[in-house]
Formats: sequence, structure tokens, C-alpha cells
Amino acid sequence: MNKSINYSKIKRKILGFKFTDGLLYRSILYFLLIIIGFVYIFPILNMISYSFQSLEDLLNPMVSKLPTALYFDNYSKAFTTLKYFKTLSNSLLVTLLPAIVQTFVASLVGYGFAKFIFPLKKMWMAFLIATYVIPPQITMIPRYVLFNDMGILAKIWAILLPATFGQGVNSAIFVLIFYQFYKLLPKVLDEAAEIDGASKFYIYFKIAIPLSIPTFITAFLFSFVWYWNETYISGLFLGDSFKTLQMMLASFVSEYTSSIGGGQADYVNEAIKMAATILIILPMLIVYFVLQRWFIEGIDKAGITGE
Amino acid sequence: MKKIKSFLLNNWLVKVNKKEIILFNKLKINLTSRVREAIIGYVFIGIWVIGFMWLSAYPLLASLKYSFEKVTITGGAGIVSNSIGFKNYISIFTQDIEFLRYVQDFVMELILYTPVILVISMLLAIMLNQKIKFRGFFRMIFFLPVVIVSGPVINELLNQDLGSIPLVMDMNLVETLGNTLPKFFAEPLASLFEEIVIILWFSGVQIVLFLAGLQKMDKEIYEAADIDGASAWEKFWKITLPSLKSIIFVTSIYTVVMLATFSNNNIIKYIQSSNVMFNSEKGFGYASALAWIYFMVIIIVLVFLAFLLGNKKEDKVKKWGGKK
Repeated sequence: MNKSINYSKIKRKILGFKFTDGLLYRSILYFLLIIIGFVYIFPILNMISYSFQSLEDLLNPMVSKLPTALYFDNYSKAFTTLKYFKTLSNSLLVTLLPAIVQTFVASLVGYGFAKFIFPLKKMWMAFLIATYVIPPQITMIPRYVLFNDMGILAKIWAILLPATFGQGVNSAIFVLIFYQFYKLLPKVLDEAAEIDGASKFYIYFKIAIPLSIPTFITAFLFSFVWYWNETYISGLFLGDSFKTLQMMLASFVSEYTSSIGGGQADYVNEAIKMAATILIILPMLIVYFVLQRWFIEGIDKAGITGE
Repeated sequence: MKKIKSFLLNNWLVKVNKKEIILFNKLKINLTSRVREAIIGYVFIGIWVIGFMWLSAYPLLASLKYSFEKVTITGGAGIVSNSIGFKNYISIFTQDIEFLRYVQDFVMELILYTPVILVISMLLAIMLNQKIKFRGFFRMIFFLPVVIVSGPVINELLNQDLGSIPLVMDMNLVETLGNTLPKFFAEPLASLFEEIVIILWFSGVQIVLFLAGLQKMDKEIYEAADIDGASAWEKFWKITLPSLKSIIFVTSIYTVVMLATFSNNNIIKYIQSSNVMFNSEKGFGYASALAWIYFMVIIIVLVFLAFLLGNKKEDKVKKWGGKK
């Protein structure tokens, strides 16, 4: 008698009232999450451990994952090869400026679409979505010719100009994010301000912008990340004279031989490359860990998912 | 300041009174509140409209024109182009085996990766949507790759064979697949396993999109289903999946566009490489033709997706445009 009660109690604990609240289900859930989470960060951990291995560790078959000692030489070599601070400031310049400009323009355009009724509005909206689908490589060639004629190739203007006119990296998404946000702002606010004699522009600057600061932050962060990780347009428009970190990584081997020199004993090994990769993703990692709340909740709030 | 303003608002081109605008001293437009609103609306979106015309629409048409021409860049005269009809396209389809192979690989990649990414991200979102501890932490990890994926970084990872899970590789799964399945199918499937980490890394945004969709769902429906005695399995297929339909559509389009425009894409690299775009034989005309073929492939895929997942046209506009 006693035993059977115990048995059913245990059973209920493991399987729960309706399985999804039982112990078994919970542990499977956590197990899966942890395993997949591990797979996610496995390459990064691997990269970090690689980057600390000396040449002996690399060649030694006994050392497969963890280095025998922390070997910082790789980092200093990668540092000099990348010309880190100079390239970093280059990278930040061609990332931050377009990101800021793009965010403001997206807000302006999104507000225009959300709050006003004007002829051809539907058509422009459709074109806006179309610009997201059009692959950049199709407009890349004529833009290259255009910028060449204007003489702004290999200058920051080549990146800044499309951002200013709302045609930068994924601009359409940002306009839609702001559109969504401003659409949900209560009309009563505008009306109240209008009765008080505020012009439309005053309302935009003094009411809409302060209310949409969180959206601004999210849009700016994504803009920043996408500009940072975007390589082929900046590679084409900026060329060799204006190298960003990503472009340095892409041509790391030749950079290495030209800056440190390729003696017999001194060729690029994987550890140095990994160290360089770490150095390149490091700024983004720092930004992410400090501001991660804005990244994820931003998508939630921005509601690009639509309803 | 006032002088400038009065000059701007009162010259032979434009005259602005309180009630009307006069263009060129002849055209009179009454300033009704509708006209006013339209003007202000265009002031807001004007910068985008100009940019669209100048930097998107014009380049699109220009590249279409280039694709029927042989474009050569000379030092003195700038760009010289001669019309050569369909020659670029003909030589692509008859001679450019490399490009055709890349396109074939790309389509295979899309067919394989898109469903896998969608399923994985949906499952992970459902897992994260349960009542679990450390949800924020897991979410942070799953989203982390979004901030670091870039062409060169992924390249380095793949070069180091860090894109796969070692255990799966040790089981010789890839070789077994290659021996049992036909080659055209086994190869992409093998690359699927080899790049499983990369696939997971690509699903960060999608997870958050699904999660946002799940959290907005009405809890009462689930309670009603519970009372009716529905199992978790039934609830997933009958409630969760149908209500995620629109998000599945948005997410799949996002995935396809992301895969198509990712810097590591072979086709992009090929178009931009020195033996096409900056080649004296092929040049910009040939590269434009390649880009247009690629664009058409993407459009076909997207239309197919819209056909498969999308609802009617009106719903689609709503989905992108939000509430009316």
C-alpha cells in the first residue's frame, strides 16, 4: 500500500501532471539548451584556445585543444600586422558615421510614411520593400561607375552617401522599424500639440524623437553591427587605400609577409590568424556584452514581425 | 534670415501665400489641408525618394543596360560602351561553367539551409519560450553570433574546420552519406553537417523573431485547449504553427535574402573577382549580366516562397506594413 503511493508520487514528479511540467521534460529541455548553447560558443572557445598556442603546441600532436602555456606572442604579431589602432579607427570611421546618419534618416522617412497621407504612398512603400530584396551586387557596378565619376571612390563619402539617402546596408529594414514604431504612437499626442500651435516638424523633433529613443538605440546598434560586418561593398568602394579590419583579415597572409617579413622561421601560422580574428571580433563582443539588452529586446519591441 | 525666407517663399518660381502656392507665376495650387499634408509628407520622405531614384532605381536600370553592352573603361575617355545584344547572356549560359556551378550550388544551399534554419530557430524559440531559468542567458548566447558573423571571420572558421561539431565528424557520417546517396544530393547534405555551426550561427535573428511572435500569442487559446484535453503535440500543430504562419513567411524571406547577400557567397565573390569585373575581356557588362541572372534566381526563389507560405497579396502588405 505504502509502496504504491510512493511509486505514483515519484512518477508524478518525473512525468508531471501533463508531462510538460515533469522533471523528465525539464531535464531534457535544459540538456538540449546547454548542448546547443555549447555548440554555439564552441568555435569561439576553440578560436581563443588556438590563439594562445605557440608553434610547438601547434605542431605537437599531443596538444589538440588547450595550449600548454599562454603564449601572447601571437597577439602581438597579429597586432602589428593589422596595424590595429590605425585600422580600428578606420573601421570605426566607416562604421559609426554611416550608422548614425542611416539611423536618423530612417527615422525621418519612417515618420513620413507613418504619419502622413500623400499621393503614391503605397507605391513608395512597395519600392522600399523592393530595395531590401534587390541584391546589392546588381546596383554595385553602376554605383561604382557613378562614384568613380564623382571622384569619391576610396573616400568615406562612398559609404556615407548611400547611407545619407536611405540606401545603405539594410536601410529598408530600419525605415520599416521606425514606421512600425511611429504608427503605434497615439494620434492624440499630435493633435494636442497641434492645438497648442506646434508645427509638424516641431512635433517630430520634440515629441516623436524623444519617445523613440529606444528604437533609435536599437536601430543604431544593428546598423553599426551590419556596417561592421559588411565587407564586399566597402571592399569595392574603399579599395586598398582605406582598409578596415575585416579587409585586413581577408588579406591577412600578404599583410603579414609585408609587415613582419617572411623569413623561413617566421611564416603565418594558424594561431596568429586566430589571434587576428579574435582581435577583430573583440570590439563587437564588448559592445554586445555591454548592450545586449538593447539588441534582443529591441527586436521584440520594434516589432518587425508585424501583426 | 527673414529676407532669405521671404525670397525663398516669394520668387518667380514659387510663391507661397497662406491659401495657395503659385508655381512659375501660372500654376495655382490651393493649399487645402490635404495638399499641406502631402507636401509635409514628401518633405519627410523626400531624401529617401531622391536616394531611391538616384542610387537604387537608376543603378538597377543602368546595370540592365550594361548587361547588353560591352563596357570598357579607358583612361582618357572614361567609360565606353557598345551594344552587343544578348551576347553576354549567351556566353554565360554556354561557356561560363564556373558561374553556372556556383548558381547550382547556391540554389541547393538555399533549398537545404532555409528549412533547416527555420526549423532550428523555431524549435529553439519554443524551447526558450518555456518557463526556464537563465532564459536571458541562453537568449544572449543564441544571439551572440549575429554581431560577429562577417565574410572573413566565417572564412577563417571554415578554414580551421571549426564550423562543425567534432563528434559528428568523427563518426564518418559524411563518408557514409557519400557512399549511400546520389552525389548531387549527398554533397550538399555533407556540407550541411560540415557547416552545422555556421547554420546555427545564422539563425540568431530568426530565433528572436520567432520568440517575439510566440510571446505575443494569446495564452487563453492554450488554456481553452488544455480544458479540451489537447496534448502538447496537438497544441503545437493546431495552434502554435498556424498562428506563426506570418512570421514564418517573414523569417524565410529574411533568411533567403541574408544567404543571398552574405559576403562569403561564392557568386558575389566571383562577380567581384578580378577575372570578371576588372577583366578587359568581360568587364562591367558581363558582370552586370551575371548580377541580373543572380537577381532573377533570387526573385524566383522569393516568388516561390511567397506562393508556398504567403497569403494573399493584401495580407503581405499588412505584414510588412503593420496595422492599418
